[in-house]
Amino acid sequence: MNTTAIKVLRKPIASAIIAILIGFLVAAVVLASAGYDPGASFAALFSGMVGRPRYVVNVIIKATPLLLCGVAVAFAFKVGLFNIGAEGQYILGTIAATVVGITCDLPPVLEIPLVVLSGTIAGVLSGALVGWLKAKFGIHEVITSIMFNWISLYLCNYVVSLDVFHQPNTTGTYPVHGSAFTMILPNWKLSDEGQAALANLPVLRDVLVRCDVNVGIIVAVVVAVLIGWLLRRTKVGYEMRAVGLNKDAARFAGINVEGNVVLCMVISGALCGLAGALNITGISPHGISTLAAFENNGFNGLSVAFIAGCSPVGCIPASLLFAGLIYGGQTVQQVMGAPSEIISIMIGTIVFCMALGGVVPMLAERIRRSRAERVERARELAAKTGATPASPAGEGDAPKAVDAADAGAPAAEAPSGAAEPNGSNEKKGADGDAR
Amino acid sequence: MLDNLVLVLSITLMYSTPLVFGALGGVMSERSGVVNIGIEGMMNVGAFAGVAGSYVSGSPWIGLLCAGLAGGLVALLHAVASITFNADQTISGVAINLLAPGIALFACRRMFDGAAMSPVVNTLPKLVDASGLGGSALSSLNLDVTVLLSPIAAAVMWFALYRTKWGLRIRSVGEHPEASETLGINVCRTRYACVILSGVLAGFGGASVTLAIISQYTQTAISGQGFIALAAVIFGKWTPHGAYLACLLFGFTQALTVMLGGGSVVPTHILAMLPYVMTVLVLVLFVGRSVAPKADGVPYIKGSR
Amino acid sequence: MEASPDYAVQMHGITKAFGSFKALDGVDLDVKRQTVHAILGENGAGKSTLMNVLYGLYQADEGEVYLGGQGVQIQSPLDAIAHGIGMVHQHFMLVENFTVTENIILGDEVCRSLGVLDMARAKREVEKIVDEYGFDVDPDATIEDITVGMQQRVEILKALYRGADTLILDEPTAVLTPQEITQLIKIMHGLVARGKTIIIITHKLREIMESADACTIIRRGKYMGTVDVGETIEEELASKMVGRCVTLSVEKGPASPGETVLSVKGLHVRDGRGIEQVCGLDLDVRAGEIVGIAGIEGNGQDEFVEAIDGLAKVDSGTISVRGEEIQNTVPRNVLDHRVATIPADRQRLGLVLPFTVAENAILERHGEKAFGKGATLDYGKVRSFANGLIEEYDIRPAGCADSPAGGLSGGNQQKVIIAREVSSEPDLLVAVQPTRGLDVGAIEFVHKALIRERDRGAAILLISLELDEVMDVADTIAVIHHGKIVGTFRQGSVSEEEIGLLMAGGGKR
Repeated sequence: MNTTAIKVLRKPIASAIIAILIGFLVAAVVLASAGYDPGASFAALFSGMVGRPRYVVNVIIKATPLLLCGVAVAFAFKVGLFNIGAEGQYILGTIAATVVGITCDLPPVLEIPLVVLSGTIAGVLSGALVGWLKAKFGIHEVITSIMFNWISLYLCNYVVSLDVFHQPNTTGTYPVHGSAFTMILPNWKLSDEGQAALANLPVLRDVLVRCDVNVGIIVAVVVAVLIGWLLRRTKVGYEMRAVGLNKDAARFAGINVEGNVVLCMVISGALCGLAGALNITGISPHGISTLAAFENNGFNGLSVAFIAGCSPVGCIPASLLFAGLIYGGQTVQQVMGAPSEIISIMIGTIVFCMALGGVVPMLAERIRRSRAERVERARELAAKTGATPASPAGEGDAPKAVDAADAGAPAAEAPSGAAEPNGSNEKKGADGDAR
Repeated sequence: MLDNLVLVLSITLMYSTPLVFGALGGVMSERSGVVNIGIEGMMNVGAFAGVAGSYVSGSPWIGLLCAGLAGGLVALLHAVASITFNADQTISGVAINLLAPGIALFACRRMFDGAAMSPVVNTLPKLVDASGLGGSALSSLNLDVTVLLSPIAAAVMWFALYRTKWGLRIRSVGEHPEASETLGINVCRTRYACVILSGVLAGFGGASVTLAIISQYTQTAISGQGFIALAAVIFGKWTPHGAYLACLLFGFTQALTVMLGGGSVVPTHILAMLPYVMTVLVLVLFVGRSVAPKADGVPYIKGSR
Repeated sequence: MEASPDYAVQMHGITKAFGSFKALDGVDLDVKRQTVHAILGENGAGKSTLMNVLYGLYQADEGEVYLGGQGVQIQSPLDAIAHGIGMVHQHFMLVENFTVTENIILGDEVCRSLGVLDMARAKREVEKIVDEYGFDVDPDATIEDITVGMQQRVEILKALYRGADTLILDEPTAVLTPQEITQLIKIMHGLVARGKTIIIITHKLREIMESADACTIIRRGKYMGTVDVGETIEEELASKMVGRCVTLSVEKGPASPGETVLSVKGLHVRDGRGIEQVCGLDLDVRAGEIVGIAGIEGNGQDEFVEAIDGLAKVDSGTISVRGEEIQNTVPRNVLDHRVATIPADRQRLGLVLPFTVAENAILERHGEKAFGKGATLDYGKVRSFANGLIEEYDIRPAGCADSPAGGLSGGNQQKVIIAREVSSEPDLLVAVQPTRGLDVGAIEFVHKALIRERDRGAAILLISLELDEVMDVADTIAVIHHGKIVGTFRQGSVSEEEIGLLMAGGGKR
């Protein structure tokens, strides 16, 4: 294997791509063993994803909340928090947006920010409460988040059941006022003028009229980039990453750990709430319905985050892939009759492989190291036989020797690192500490 | 009054039983040092495998066995990831929670002509079924055999953890793996065993829903019990008896919800939040303050330092 | 040397490599029965690796092992135990919340049928060994409640319980007081008298002279020879260990103390469990002097440092820096009072290991305007700052600014911390165990850095469990016992024995 290939393998993106390939492989095996033609199934999957412009747009629409929730989870994970409460925060966002959107009727320029903001704030409150309970009482955020998920679900059902909001003969609420809608050209596209203009543009017509094209994805992408920037290029992001990687050292360095934990949960909650609000303003039925079970927008955010390796920007392609698989999966069921759960299996496998993700760079590292070792041995042999590095035999090794020298530092740390992956370096590695 | 009490007892035990198995699974795994978020998924697979086993063989006991086996197999995946490959245990658990219900439902549709639920199958016997006694105060007493099995499982696990050499080793592996290794205890093997056993227990938990409470597999048979069980593990401070009591408490709040639901004072949906709100409150009031139970119950002898 | 039954342990030509790094390169070891055999070498020389091979924790790449003249393959600690080898690790391998008995029987339990523990019988068996060797250990005590010396005896008991004939003690004296060391040497001789063989790993020459019969020296993974301790002197051992002549003392000029920087009065601090660990501590540290705190581990040093750094709550008393009280504030405020700390646990407190060296270099100082306007962080500036430190402090490998700090060796990690703390030109520098686990060269570097800071005019508070370090480096020696300063001395005005007595709670106040 050449050096470039090894370098590529050490990049996180390589793990993601390999994980996705394995996901497809496993799905193919499962499909084949269940008697479905994997090739035809995948063809159906892809045609359901990208077969028509409308499908692509629907995938993007579906990806919007996944992206925001994914970024929320990825962001919290970077700060050492596992926000399994994304689902509940998303639901709260939809509830608040619906309640405010039905209650208030202002001009769009005020209504839209108001509705979106109220959804966001609902997420903030939930996230802040989880963060505060962790910082103040040390209660694990996973438990509180799980509880808040259910509380949010029942709150949603309660709001739907209230006469003020409940739309008779349905399982949902009234839609929010039209002034809160965030679709692109919602009225124009249905007007005579719009219909006429679109008549000659079948693609645009297909996309605009038959889908709830909305501004959500733009917001989501901007947010993803912004969060990535926050983590990588600002002081508060630096503090948060320090808290996530080593809480004790962060506290020791004068960083307010509890404050950062709460702030992180606030931001994470805000993103999920925003996702909920944008779904209310952006797509029909523009209201909430009774939930028998979770809709999984938040939970799927977990998968998106992990497929993205918890990189906020990486969540953009990951959410598109995820939404595509889910959306296209329906076609697999329609066309092939294969259960659409094959998609869950596929995604589960991908995330599972991402959990193993450290393995690929690790293997690459091992290959590199064993090469370095070989070079070292060759050099030693050369030294013993009296050959100088300038001799023809040594020349071929010269560029690799640089590589070996480069590898010196991590390789020498090996007594602790290699033998005891989990053990503290301080313990068994005391002897390897000093050179 | 008496029949109300009986009803509360009955519902408490019914709700808590699947949770107990799930929570015991969590205790098992985490005591050996492996976090297991995937309990939910393992319960789901167990719920289906139990029904499938009972459907094929006609015997719910064989079904229960299948459930344990299936849960254990899924747990094996988690073990490979988190023990052999040092994977992030949280992410692996999340993957299990995606993968396992997918597998269960996929298999369900394959087995039952594309239906997302199974037909009704033979269920485990009742311990007490007083519904025939009509009118009597005890008529609402309806206990599945799993209600008895769950405290037995908790007691056995307590005995195993605190009174046998394997328990001592498991706890040492969870506390100080390096020390265990130097004494010739195989940390990996111990953890593998515990994680797989954790899946078996979770599988039983799933089956105790589908083979006792609802007698068929549906897509929503397991919806969140695994996560509640996880909360019970932490609430019960990682002990089998603590986890058991935590599950009982949760079941009790569920029963209260059902009881109070009769009146129209509090809206149903608000009442339904009660168990979850109570759990958070109880955590704030009792558990949060003692985050580290390391020195629990150990009197400090001053001057021994 | 031929394999012979006269030798308890013989290891011939042992080679062990980790990646391209050769930790051991053809090392020989021949240990006679019923002797105390020392293995001497600097940190990182490969002593522990050699013993881990003997104990089955590592497999050698080359070489043979003979026990009592018989060639053996030791694949795991279990094999080693079966062959009668016991090991007491430098960092004790004890489960903190288990009792002494539970720790001793773990892995070789006393059971009734079906694996059910028989704790009553287990306790009797432990008591039998305790009585036989005259150890002072309560079998029912929980490990976290007993002294370090007692924990060490539990470790020895663990080996004896398993029928060990050969005991390996890895740096057994590192955490003991002089009195406890004397006691340990007595125990070792008692064990030898009862037919045991002891291998002791150490880098302390005096203990070898006092306790060992023979000594094998290893330098950088290579065998340097074996000497009869009765026929050698300390200096000879030292030069063999280091490979050059060494000065065993620290060179420094006299201190010229200025005004008081740190003033601690009547300090009381409790630990996480609510037990008072600092009980009325008074201490002054002046600019331009090094005050060293000598004491046994667990006498309140940790809590004292945490209180200074704003990490632990102070019950009563004051901590003032240049006259301003800083107790019960937040770490940020302490840092703003120009207090810098080199923490004892560099990997837990000193560094964020996955962060790059550059990111670690600005930990504590990331908020400064020099590293970015407003809320943003200018990584260009951060990197150039880090490169300056890397060059000035010779942090290796050169150009490591963008590599994770976790990939550096222990000595270089410590350099990163020292470079960062010193670069802020603090008024008060608190150095806790600053040389733990470092080799001689790195130790010298750290001590020089402390003295340079002193000469710049900083007040230095040095807290170390190594009595030698405090005696050598500090201008003023303060002894801590039970959370109180029980004696303060000028350097050179007091003997090691007197200090040791105070550390153990005896002697005049």
